[in-house]
Amino acid sequence: MTVLRLGYVPLIDAAPLIVAQELGFAAEEGLTLDLIRLGAWAQARDMLGAGLIDAAHMLVPMPVAQALGLGPALPPMDLVMVLSQGGQAVAVNRDLEHRLRAAGHGFAFDDARAAGTALRAVVAGRLRVGVPFHFSTQAELMRHWLTACGFAPADLDLITVPPPLMADAMARGDVDAFCVGEPWASFAVERGLAALLLPGTAIWAAPPEKGLVLLRDVADRQPAETGALMRAVWRAGRWLDDPDHRGTAAEILSRGACLDLPPELAERGLTGRMAISARGELREAPRFITFNAGAASFPWKSLAALFARGMAGRHGLDPDAAMDRAAPHFRTDLYRRHLRPAGTPLPGASMRVEGALAEDRSVAAERGGMTLRADGFFDGFTFDPAAPASGD
Amino acid sequence: MSKRLLIVVVEPDSARAQPIAEGLREAGDHDVRIIAEQSGLARQVADLRPDVVLIDIANPSRDVLEELALASGPSERPVAMFVDRSDEGMTRAAIEAGISAYVVDGLRPERIKPILDAAIARFHIFQQMRAELAATRAALEERKIIDRAKAVLMKARGIDEEAAYALLRKTAMDGGKRVGDIAQQLVMAAGLLGR
Repeated sequence: MTVLRLGYVPLIDAAPLIVAQELGFAAEEGLTLDLIRLGAWAQARDMLGAGLIDAAHMLVPMPVAQALGLGPALPPMDLVMVLSQGGQAVAVNRDLEHRLRAAGHGFAFDDARAAGTALRAVVAGRLRVGVPFHFSTQAELMRHWLTACGFAPADLDLITVPPPLMADAMARGDVDAFCVGEPWASFAVERGLAALLLPGTAIWAAPPEKGLVLLRDVADRQPAETGALMRAVWRAGRWLDDPDHRGTAAEILSRGACLDLPPELAERGLTGRMAISARGELREAPRFITFNAGAASFPWKSLAALFARGMAGRHGLDPDAAMDRAAPHFRTDLYRRHLRPAGTPLPGASMRVEGALAEDRSVAAERGGMTLRADGFFDGFTFDPAAPASGD
Repeated sequence: MSKRLLIVVVEPDSARAQPIAEGLREAGDHDVRIIAEQSGLARQVADLRPDVVLIDIANPSRDVLEELALASGPSERPVAMFVDRSDEGMTRAAIEAGISAYVVDGLRPERIKPILDAAIARFHIFQQMRAELAATRAALEERKIIDRAKAVLMKARGIDEEAAYALLRKTAMDGGKRVGDIAQQLVMAAGLLGR
């Protein structure tokens, strides 16, 4: 057995790594995964950079930021596959909840336009929104949604708060709202501090959330281990996307070594049955989190380009150059090479127009056909990586 | 003579923070402050405008400092990310010791190094203590499991303690496994069989 050290941050979207080890998908590939619980996203990046872990559970935008030189000087890091889509929830504090209800908002869980417009109407000045990291899908979702619903960028304060501390930050009044991965939004609801407004998937139907990141040097020089790890994690994701397995997954994840919370909390996000308020109102979010279905794990280079363009704009970099630098760090080549033997459906292209699929679509794959999941934004936004950035 | 540096140590546990601060003061004539309170960390650090911030690599509040290092413009940046691009060795040594350091832009490497060396020395002591504690605990756990496995064998096969342990050891050797692992499996199987 080859032992690989994997760093993860306690969230339900760490499930593919934990399930790969606990249910034997890693052992089938001759691997033992030594799972190391981390306290901070920056820790995942630094430990990976120093070679203290072999692979990391990481926010999808993080390797993009590294590629653009917006992080510390560490060896090049590549995202070899996406671990999860969705899994985030947007929450507001009790005061905003009361004001929204008084204004007639019904807390429908699938209408980002209605929720955003209602929020705009009841917030007088600035809105302070907690996000888990400066470079996170949550930050991207919040910027996109709130500015599309009438908040000026100057009216938004995106404040970094580590996920397990999000509820405390709201209790102290440090943030008015937040967007965080489960179970930490449900944790705040359970403590009577917050009401859930939307799942991340209501803003962008398939937001890539976490990725499996390795040092480029390791991914290229150790193809046997890298491939074995990718196949084990891919099979764990496929197991996780069977609805009948989500309850078991919640039990496995909730133990002391991982989340250390009652399984009931993790189960909400994993089953998409969310209790949104202190009164126990329930909402269904059928595709709240996806690990594998509809090519969810494919590391589209267009996703790297999309995040890179946004970062370039905010950090004074040339957007076209940024997109060119980021795309090679999403390793569609390794995905194809290592997952082909596992029978993984492989799309013909490695770039696409993001946000273009309003519904699931059947497309031709390398062999036979495959289904791509709907990935539309609530406001119809699309991103074409081939279009010159100076055009917008 | 260069000006005194303001060093901030972010550490909620004062039993850890004090010796680190002492080590830093011994390393040079620095003004060392400890921030224990995690709430409003970004504001506290921004107000102090330190030259160096030291924080445990696993402290979740690190991600808050990252934001601080990135969000403000280069001219008004209160802390820059350490990772002096010229010295990967120093960065790696700090990460391995479990420290992350944020250093204001433009601070010369020869001024940073003694500070970091002192911090690394203190952090190493804590890491060692933590590792020893974990090892002691694991050894205790393993001894308990082996005792239970011996009891299972003694009862099931009517053998004495020494023979039971010999059997465990032989099984482990033959299978290329550790005695503790074999004992664990045996105890689990016995539990399933209701014995």
